[in-house]
Amino acid sequence: MRTPRGTGTSLKNFPLFGPIAAVVFAFLYIPLVFVVGYSFNSNRVVTVWKGFSLEWYADVLTNDDIQRAVMNSLRVASISTVLSVLFATGLAIGLLRMARAGRTFAWSLIMAPLVIPEIVFAIGTLALFVQIRFPLGVDAITLAHTAFCIPFALLPIRARLRTVDLSIYEAAADLGANEWTIFRRITLPLLAPGIVAGALLAFIISLDDFIVSYFLAGAGGTTLPVYIFGMIRNAITPGVNALSTLLLLVSVVIVTISYIIARRKR
Amino acid sequence: MAATEGLALSIRGVSKVFPTPEGGEVRALDDVSLEVADGSFMVLLGPSGCGKTTLLRCIAGLEAPDSGQIDLKGTRIDDVPVWKRRVNTVFQSYALFPHMTVAQNIAFGLQMDKLPKDEVARKVDQSLALVRLSDLGGRRPHQLSGGQQQRVALARALAKEPEVLLLDEPLSALDLKLRRGMQLELKRLQQETHITFILVTHDQDEAMSMGDEVAVFNEGRIVQVGAPRDVYLRPRTSFVADFIGEANLLALIPGAAGAEVAGWGAIPADAWASDSPAADASRSVAAVRPEDVVISADPQGRFPIVDATFIGGDLHAVVQVGEATISARQPAASAAGLTTGGRCELTFRPGSVRIVDA
Amino acid sequence: MARRRTASAPRAGQGSWWAGLPGIAYLIALVLAPLVIIVIFSFLSRAKLGVGVKWEFTIQPYVELFYSESLSGERSFDPTYLQIFFNSVLYSLITALVCLALSIPIALWIATRPPKWRTLLVFLVTIPFWTSLLIRTYAFVIILNDNGPINGALTGLGILAEPLPMLYTPFATIVGLVYSFLPFMILPIYASAERFDFRLAEAAYDLGATKAKVLRRIVLPAVRPGIIAGLILVFIPALGSYLAPELLGGGKTSMIANVIAAQFGASRNWPFGAALSVMVLVLVMVALVIFAVVARRSSRRGANQSLESLL
Repeated sequence: MRTPRGTGTSLKNFPLFGPIAAVVFAFLYIPLVFVVGYSFNSNRVVTVWKGFSLEWYADVLTNDDIQRAVMNSLRVASISTVLSVLFATGLAIGLLRMARAGRTFAWSLIMAPLVIPEIVFAIGTLALFVQIRFPLGVDAITLAHTAFCIPFALLPIRARLRTVDLSIYEAAADLGANEWTIFRRITLPLLAPGIVAGALLAFIISLDDFIVSYFLAGAGGTTLPVYIFGMIRNAITPGVNALSTLLLLVSVVIVTISYIIARRKR
Repeated sequence: MAATEGLALSIRGVSKVFPTPEGGEVRALDDVSLEVADGSFMVLLGPSGCGKTTLLRCIAGLEAPDSGQIDLKGTRIDDVPVWKRRVNTVFQSYALFPHMTVAQNIAFGLQMDKLPKDEVARKVDQSLALVRLSDLGGRRPHQLSGGQQQRVALARALAKEPEVLLLDEPLSALDLKLRRGMQLELKRLQQETHITFILVTHDQDEAMSMGDEVAVFNEGRIVQVGAPRDVYLRPRTSFVADFIGEANLLALIPGAAGAEVAGWGAIPADAWASDSPAADASRSVAAVRPEDVVISADPQGRFPIVDATFIGGDLHAVVQVGEATISARQPAASAAGLTTGGRCELTFRPGSVRIVDA
Repeated sequence: MARRRTASAPRAGQGSWWAGLPGIAYLIALVLAPLVIIVIFSFLSRAKLGVGVKWEFTIQPYVELFYSESLSGERSFDPTYLQIFFNSVLYSLITALVCLALSIPIALWIATRPPKWRTLLVFLVTIPFWTSLLIRTYAFVIILNDNGPINGALTGLGILAEPLPMLYTPFATIVGLVYSFLPFMILPIYASAERFDFRLAEAAYDLGATKAKVLRRIVLPAVRPGIIAGLILVFIPALGSYLAPELLGGGKTSMIANVIAAQFGASRNWPFGAALSVMVLVLVMVALVIFAVVARRSSRRGANQSLESLL
C-alpha cells in the first residue's frame, strides 16, 4: 500500500522541471500530430499544405496491394498472439515452480529478444530458416514474431500471477479440487485479465514490427509495415500518412484497452 | 470424558524438517503425538515458529510429514492427497476466491464432491444461514468486511461437513472487539455442528476461552496437553507456566528446612501446591503466579520495591529478592503504602507454589 | 529413518515447472538457435551466389573487419568498419545522455504529482513506445525535411533565407534515436523516484539544504538505480538501430545495423554480416558488463522493474 506523503508539494517542486516536462511531452506527441495532420493534405507533396481532403484514405483503402499487406499483418499478428500467449502462460506458471538455475536460464531466454538488437535477431532467424530450408513468407514471420512476443505477453500475466495469494490454491485443493480443476477453475480465471492484456500487447508488437518481417518476408510475405517502408523509400505522399494514421490508431486503441484491463481490480 | 466416544484424529510420531535458505535445517515437528477426541474443540497453542501450523498443514495434507502416521477416524490419511481428505481448513488469510461470489465460493467445495445442483444450492443456503450471511451470497469477497470474509471462509469449509475442521489463526487479522465476538461465534458453531475443531493460535486468552483441550507447543514438540484450566493450574514445565499466564520462576537451593529461595528462605509446607512434585536436585525450579505473591508495606521489611505501578485496579510490583526479582500483583485496595523505592515483606499464598521442569 | 512421501502434494495447486517447458523449447529453437547459427556462419566462407554460406571454415569474415583486399589481392588496413562501430557507439552514447538530460526533470516532475495523476502521466509516456517504430521514425522525415514544418517556420519568419538541411545528417539520426528510446529512460527513473520518500528531502531542507543541494545530494543518488537501468535500456537498443540511420541518416551516417542488413541484401556476404552481428553481440555484452559493474545488482532489478512498470 502506498501511503500519502503529505499534501504540500511546493517543496517537492524543482524550478524548471514543470516546463521541461511540458516540452518533453510535446516532443513525444507533436511528431505523431504531424503524421496525422498531413494525412488530410490534398497536396501530393506531404509537407506543403494545400487543403483538407480524405482522398488519401480512400486511395489507401482501395489499394489491392495494401489490402493484401493488411491481411498478411492481421494473420501474422493473430497467430503469433495466440501462440505467444499459450507459451507465456505456461512459462509464467512454470517459472514460479522452477529451481533457481532453471529459472535464470528460462528468464534469460525470454528476455533475450528484448536485449539483442533486433537486426541480429532478424538475420539470425533468416539464416536459420534458409539453413533448414523453411520457406520465407508469412509463416516464417509468424514463427519469429511469436518468439519476441513472448516477453510482452508474459509480463502482465506474471504480474497478475504474483498478486494471487498462494493460499488460494491450497484452499481449492483443501476443498477437493485436483491440480487440473484448480488450473481450470482458479488459476485461469484469476489470470484472465493478465492474459488478455498480454495478448493485446503481443498483438500490437507483432502488428507494428518492421525489421524481422522485412528480412523474412520473402516474395509473398509483405506485411503492412514492410509495405509502408517501401512507400517511404519510393515516393512520400500523404498516402503514407493516411496508412500510418490508421496503424497508429489501432495501436493506441489496443494499448489503452490493455492498460485498462491490466489495472482493473488489482 | 469425550475420549470414550472415540477419536477423531490420532497423530503418532510425526516429524517434519524444513531446509533453511542458509543450507541448514529447521526441525518444525519433532516426534509429535496427539489424540483429538471426536466432537471436541482442540487448540494448538504456542509462540510463532513452534510448529503448530506445520502440524495443522500436515493434517490437511498441504505438507507431507517426513515420518510418523496420521489417522482420521481410524483410517490412515497421511498418504492421501489433500483434495481427497475429509478435512477442511479455514486459512489465516481466508483464501477466498476473489473471482467468485460468496455463494460460488461456498459451492466450490460441494461441486468438487459432484453433488447434484439442487443439493449444492440447498447446502450453500444452509451454510450461509449458519454463519448469518444469508443476504450476502451475491457479493464478491472484496465487498465484505474482514469479519464477514472470516464467516464466508468458515461457511465454505463447514459446508463440506468435514470430519475435522482446521482453523489456522483464524482471528489474528480481526481487531480486538471483533475477535471476542468471533470467539463466541466459533464456539457456538462447534457446539451446533458437533464437528471436531482444531484451532491454531498464539493467543493464550483465545486458547483458554475456546478450547476443550489445549496442546501447548514449543520448539517443534508438544510440551503439555490438557483442559485449559488444568494446564493453567498445573503447568508441567517452566515454559508452560510462563507462556500461559505469567509466572515467577524461582531458582531453588537445597537448605536445612527443605528447598529454599535464595534471599528469602525455605518455602513453608503450606505454600506448596498439594499435587506438586517434590523438589530434588534435578527439579529445582518452582513457579508461582504474581497474584499468589502477597506483599505488605513495612519500612523495616527485608525487600526493596524496585517498581510499583497501578494498572487498572491492580498494583503491579517488582520486588528485589536476593539477586532476583519477584513480580507481585494485588488489588489496589490492599496496596496501601507500597511505592517504588519503599520496602516490604513478601509471602506466598497457601497451595500456590509448584515445582516445574526447567 | 525419515521417509519422504510424495503422494500428498505440498504446495498444492500452484502448477508445476514443466508448464514452462513448451515455451522454453520454443525459445531455444527460435532465439537461441538463430544466435548459434550466426556465430557458426561467421566462421564460414561466402557462397558462390551470395545467398547462404559455403561450409568451409575460415576467419576471413573477421579479417574483413579490419582489412580490405585490392583487386590485385593486396591486403591493407581499412578503418571503414571500425569507424562505423565507433560512430554507432558514439551516437548511442549521445542518445543515452540526451535522453537522460530530458528524463530526469520529467520523471521527477511526474513522481511529485498527486498519485491519481501519476498513473495517467506514465501512461502518456508509454503510448509512443507502443506505436510503430517505423512510423515514429517516418514522422521525423516529415519534420526535418527541407520543406518540413521546422524549415517552413524558420524561412517563413525570415530567420533563415535558405532551408537548413537537417534530414540525412547525424543530427537527424540522433534526434530519431532519442525519440525512439526516450520512454525507456523516463520509466525506470520514474520508477525509482516514485519509491523515493520525499520526507528525506524535507529533512534535508530542514537541515538547511537549498533546492539544488537537495536535488544533487539527496534525490539524484536515490534515483541512481533508475538512471543506470535507463542508460542500459537506451544505449543497447540504440546501438543496434536500423531505422533511424536508414531513414534519417541517409547513406552518410550508417550504423552497424545498416551494414549488417546490406550484407544480407545487396552485398550478399552472409559470413561477413554474421561476423558483424557477432561483434554487435560482443559490444552489447561488454556494455552490459560495464553497467553491471557500475551498478552491481541494484540496476538489474531496476531494469526488470521498469520493464514491468511499462506493461
